[in-house]
Amino acid sequence: MAEIFVYIPHKDGVADDAALEMVAAARKIDAEAPLTALVVGDGADLDKVCEQAAAACAKVWKVSGEAFAYPNAEVIRKMLVNILPDKAVVLVAHDTFGMDLSPGLSIKLDVPFLSDVVDIEALEGSSLKIVRQEYGGAVSTRVSCDIGDGVVINVRPGAFKAEDAAGAAGEVVDKSAEAGDLSCGRRFLEVVEAEVGDVDITKADVLVSIGRGIEDEENIEIAEELAEAIGAVVSCSRPIVDAKWMEKSRQVGTSGQTVKPKVYMALGISGSFQHLGGLKGSPFIIAVNKNPKAPIFQVADVGVVDDILEFVPELTEKIQEM
Amino acid sequence: MDILVCVKRVPDTAENEIEVNSDGTDIERDDLVYSVNEWDNYAVEEALQIRDKVGGSVTVISVGDEESEEVLRREMAMGADGGILLSDDAFEGSDGRGVAAILKAAVEKGNYDLILTGAMADDGAAQVGGMLAAMLDRPFASLVNHIEVVDDKKLKVGREIEGGNQEMNEIDLPCVLSIQTGINEPRYVGIRGIRKVASLEIPVQGAGDLGIDPSTVGEAGAKVRRLEYFVPDLGEGAEILEGSTEEVIEKLIEILKAQGGIK
Ligand SMILES: Cc1cc2nc3c(=O)[nH]c(=O)nc-3n(C[C@H](O)[C@H](O)[C@H](O)COP(=O)(O)OP(=O)(O)OC[C@H]3O[C@@H](n4cnc5c(N)ncnc54)[C@H](O)[C@@H]3O)c2cc1C
Ligand SMILES: Nc1ncnc2c1ncn2[C@@H]1O[C@H](COP(=O)(O)O)[C@@H](O)[C@H]1O
Repeated sequence: MAEIFVYIPHKDGVADDAALEMVAAARKIDAEAPLTALVVGDGADLDKVCEQAAAACAKVWKVSGEAFAYPNAEVIRKMLVNILPDKAVVLVAHDTFGMDLSPGLSIKLDVPFLSDVVDIEALEGSSLKIVRQEYGGAVSTRVSCDIGDGVVINVRPGAFKAEDAAGAAGEVVDKSAEAGDLSCGRRFLEVVEAEVGDVDITKADVLVSIGRGIEDEENIEIAEELAEAIGAVVSCSRPIVDAKWMEKSRQVGTSGQTVKPKVYMALGISGSFQHLGGLKGSPFIIAVNKNPKAPIFQVADVGVVDDILEFVPELTEKIQEM
Repeated sequence: MDILVCVKRVPDTAENEIEVNSDGTDIERDDLVYSVNEWDNYAVEEALQIRDKVGGSVTVISVGDEESEEVLRREMAMGADGGILLSDDAFEGSDGRGVAAILKAAVEKGNYDLILTGAMADDGAAQVGGMLAAMLDRPFASLVNHIEVVDDKKLKVGREIEGGNQEMNEIDLPCVLSIQTGINEPRYVGIRGIRKVASLEIPVQGAGDLGIDPSTVGEAGAKVRRLEYFVPDLGEGAEILEGSTEEVIEKLIEILKAQGGIK
């Protein structure tokens, strides 16, 4: 079995939750395979990340330098192609960095790419069987791939249960000198922070959240009326923001806000992982959706199969009568 | 600026309930409504806006069967100057890498300054754009939600990153960008617009025209293979409230009260 490499995402000296989840995924591929953490960045904080990675992996490759101060996927790809051995199995988080890095990395390493993997089922010989989702989570697929010559695997954040960092006492090896030529046609300029909106949905105890099922901008009213009746705040899924019907600051999800309400009402939301990724602290989820097979019903506590345009106004009316 | 936009014909998830077929070999394809992949529509709109600002042309391209012509035509009705359909029995069953390889061969037959893809399509892989860029050895940026033409050598692009923050980059032309939804407001295409482009010719190119060895693409060349489709059994799932609407509402109000959902 080839070596497994885990690319450790980190910020301000702290490894992301996804790091230990990927360690768990690596163990599921092959519990015996030697495991190496890739810790890339710049500055004093990097050693702290190496320490955290060393607790979970037998080896840590540290790559530091000014060029890595911001994780520019084009620069990091070049470095990885320079340092990785043949037949490496490389695990990367399927976040906005992993989506930027991995498809191209797989081409440059000339190995297959497995995107957004949610489960690993078996390795038989060099044939790996994994599970993915398609159509926004409506169906799953079992997928096979020969990883004998290596592979790049993007692992969905949150899909694997993090393995305890069990004092692996990994050895840290500084690979910075091997980074090689990093010249590339894309230069990082700056990060522009998201605008702050009029309402802070992250502070709300109860959210009435609407998705594409609301169908029309005018219908948003019915969610606002329900929210007013129960003392909640209105939030939404991404298509509502893309359509410019609500402000970006109202969007729940990985590319929007992370919320932790006590009760979350999902109205006409299908339940994609990017949306659910914004829900923290296991709120009580009530889903109303006209499709009984909508993925949201798999994570919700209570479900109503109905048309929100008819159901919600009736619900509001009953509450107002109380 | 000559821009190529890669578009895919996909089942419209807003119009269909996607289900697994009886033997788990595919989704149920009977009576599916198809449309252009949502992300690709934003990519085409962005290309049109750039062209209208700095001049040049927009070509839309798709790998698919003859039905994919309808999405090419739709995007031409939006304003694209031309379309190319890449179609061959040998292309069927391609994995992401195969699709990227087919597109690469077509790109090399043209002379494009900028290539746009959508960030992701129906199978959620988000891979073709990055693969195509690497095959062409051109700079790439994914999840682009802002494009500014600096001059004929470079662009300033914003990438959407976690939390709705935006990462600004400078990128050299020619390059490949994958476009995120919300970057613009795609224009509406009416039936009249479609009629206007109905008679325009859309050339079809196959493996032979593109100089592609059929064994490297399609089913034959795929390294990543779907074994089956299934619906996962994720524990208990929601308690579905049953009864008349009135009864459901009554139950729901009780639950809301119990959970602190009504103030
Ligand atoms: C990098 C990236 C980041 C992303 N970040 C986010 C994010 O932060 N937040 C986010 O939400 N998404 C995000 N997305 C998009 C995400 O993948 C989904 O496309 C999106 O969450 C779908 O929103 P939806 O559930 O409202 O729409 P759909 O998936 O279209 O679902 C609509 C649902 O409404 C139901 N419905 C329709 N009409 C009615 C009706 N009248 N009554 C009742 N039910 C009805 C349908 O059955 C369906 O289940 C991101 C995607 C990418 C690629
Ligand atoms: N068959 C295809 N024909 C043309 N473009 C495609 C095709 N498949 C994928 N793409 C492009 O690649 C993007 C990402 O798709 P995917 O990597 O399949 O998630 C899409 O938004 C399209 O722009």
